Amino acid sequence: MSFDDAYQALTDHDDDARWAYGTGFADPLAGVPTALPDGVDGADLAAYCLMLGDDALILSHRLQQWVTRAPELEDEMAIANIGLDLLGQARLLLTRAGEAEGAGRGEDDLAYLRDAPDFRHVRLVEREDPDFGHLIARLLVFSTWRLALLDRLATSRDPVLAAIGAKGVKEVTYHREYAAGWTVRLGDGTDLSHRRMQDAIDAVWPLTGEFFAPHDVELRLATAGVAVEPASLRSEFDAVLTEVLHVATLDQPAPVTVGRTGRDGEHGDELAAILAEMQELARATPGGVW
Amino acid sequence: MSAADVAATVTDPELPMLTLAELGILREVRETDDGVEVTITPTYSGCPAMEAISADLVRALHDAGYGRARVRTSLAPAWTTDWISASGRAKLAAAGIAPPGPAPARAAGPVPLVLGVREEHVACPRCGAESTERLAAFGATACRELRRCPACREPFEHVKEI
Repeated sequence: MSFDDAYQALTDHDDDARWAYGTGFADPLAGVPTALPDGVDGADLAAYCLMLGDDALILSHRLQQWVTRAPELEDEMAIANIGLDLLGQARLLLTRAGEAEGAGRGEDDLAYLRDAPDFRHVRLVEREDPDFGHLIARLLVFSTWRLALLDRLATSRDPVLAAIGAKGVKEVTYHREYAAGWTVRLGDGTDLSHRRMQDAIDAVWPLTGEFFAPHDVELRLATAGVAVEPASLRSEFDAVLTEVLHVATLDQPAPVTVGRTGRDGEHGDELAAILAEMQELARATPGGVW
Repeated sequence: MSAADVAATVTDPELPMLTLAELGILREVRETDDGVEVTITPTYSGCPAMEAISADLVRALHDAGYGRARVRTSLAPAWTTDWISASGRAKLAAAGIAPPGPAPARAAGPVPLVLGVREEHVACPRCGAESTERLAAFGATACRELRRCPACREPFEHVKEI
């Protein structure tokens, strides 16, 4: 059976499948073996999946806020597609987190019913973009880091994380290329675009220290062959950023170190605003289907 | 018809000229004592058509007399455009969408950074001109990009190699 668009099939029939929370959407990991690897603590694996899943979920939310506001239609489609890829990664990771936790929570429970201190994303993803240059600067550092991370995750002992990593590499390769292309165009553009791109890089840079600050869960799972040790990503990150910023004629800020991070549940006020918007409907009508 | 033949007739919602089999996302169809089990794999992690595809498969099997059918997801190995069949590629081209070339081979080490213009040779699906240029890396769906042909001056879509 064929339809002119992908969504008609969901509304033509009187089953429970509908878009949005409470939809009766199928488990995105339906049929994927869910057993935990030998010797891996379920709580640790759940915490790790939340970290990587929340990174993708919150940045996806920030990106979709650009829809209808992007400078060109082509960029709007790029930003929306990148957000959609990240949302897909978030769904898989949050579902895996719920399985590993074993308390019966699914992706919707984890996305819509947690409070700010229970989110585990790096703080970079929650900040608001003052302009398009900031969007690009954040996407450049994020996608460079995440591409390196997913690539190493592809050899994880957890088969679900390995599959998410291998698949995500193909997607995030395009995200990084998009962000790097715009960084060069704006950095090596006019005096005004150069200055604003440098301002944007300088603004996001202090938040990149969190990428490499290890959390205990990451270290334990890295030892178990499941997670990626954060510090191991630094050399690839630095090499890529050095090349892009050089071609873009931009200055690379000095490396930063950090204390407690988003991985510990430390977040800014901006997260409260994101959650208020993202969770409002689900919390107002618990279990609602429409 | 066998369950596999029935499943092979179901088309993709976003590329309706292709069957799921031609697109390479229909991975396995098994008839067991407990009904039919169909395995599909997403093109991209966020593919919003997976729900519709599952519903279409179950409905087609039901209509063909297979009352008990379920759809499971396979994530590994990840989908690659190399799984699009020869007939699928011909149908894409006939619909004005340039089919993908071979997926890029991956060498050991970090994913190489591409800055500037990608080396790509995508022929125009309308006039056949061999040299075309990219307009945007992201198109109407995650798997497509926008290009244009300097010869016939027409824009067209291209399924990106992954």
